Amino acid sequence: MTIEVNGSPREVADGTTVADLLAAMGLPASGIAVAVDGEVVPRADHVRTSVSEGAVVEILTAVQGG
Amino acid sequence: MDDPFVIADREYTSRLITGTGGAANLAVLERALVASGTELTTVSLRRVDAAGGSGVLEALRRLKIDPLPNTAGCRTAAEAVLTARLAREALGTNWIKLEVVADDKTLLPDPMELLDAATTLVDDGFVVLPYTNDDPVLALRLEEAGCAAVMPLGSPIGTGLGIRNPHNIELIVARAGVPVILDAGIGTASDAALAMELGCSAVLLATAVTRAADPEKMATAMRSAVVAGRLARQAGRIPQRFWAQASSPPR
Repeated sequence: MTIEVNGSPREVADGTTVADLLAAMGLPASGIAVAVDGEVVPRADHVRTSVSEGAVVEILTAVQGG
Repeated sequence: MDDPFVIADREYTSRLITGTGGAANLAVLERALVASGTELTTVSLRRVDAAGGSGVLEALRRLKIDPLPNTAGCRTAAEAVLTARLAREALGTNWIKLEVVADDKTLLPDPMELLDAATTLVDDGFVVLPYTNDDPVLALRLEEAGCAAVMPLGSPIGTGLGIRNPHNIELIVARAGVPVILDAGIGTASDAALAMELGCSAVLLATAVTRAADPEKMATAMRSAVVAGRLARQAGRIPQRFWAQASSPPR
């Protein structure tokens, strides 16, 4: 199925969780935050939150600014 | 601690809050942060693939500087609230520098969206530090909404135009029950000193240091300016007079 990650389409397997997605992208679980369809997914819920077809996923981290 | 800067449940020695934006690279930024003596520094939240993502949090941790995430780039209360919640998740802090700007040309705060976002975030348990206009009425409204400080601009972000309406800053200080932090517009050390002389509790600046020809030296200057301005405020300046008044005894 296709989801959108940070504005780009991405193919993932059915049943993919947020934790799976982060691992596939080589991202650490700490220092980042994930929102799925505009809702924050707390770190503790990464392993049990699966994404569905067409889900809009935003993965953010701290950068220099302000 | 002598004359600590108290904000919400924290106490700081330094009254200079810095930003991390605009630095040529992380090494330059680190030297400037150390020279500034800051203990609280803003960071932004961006997509993980965006440039500049690596290293800033690690650097702050190493330097024992608290990160203050901001909502820079947000135009609506809804965007700012989501960004604040993501920042809390990513950084593990409920402190947020709330920015909701109206347009790219001025980067001036949108008062309606700002107050709306502040109210929501306070209810959600955040320590909210709003970047606001130099409007004494809006500052009061933000304080009533439960903000831990108010952060009026001296002039628009990145302009270096200093404090364009010192009287408004004095009005805000005169009625505030929370710390007033001069945020945005600082160009050079005298601007930072003036903010403190007007009664601000602290100064927040970024590009005045990071885009100076010598960021480390300007950070040192800002550190001294904030201390000097604070001391001058506490010392009580002489009244301004129209005519001269001799300081030596008459002959």
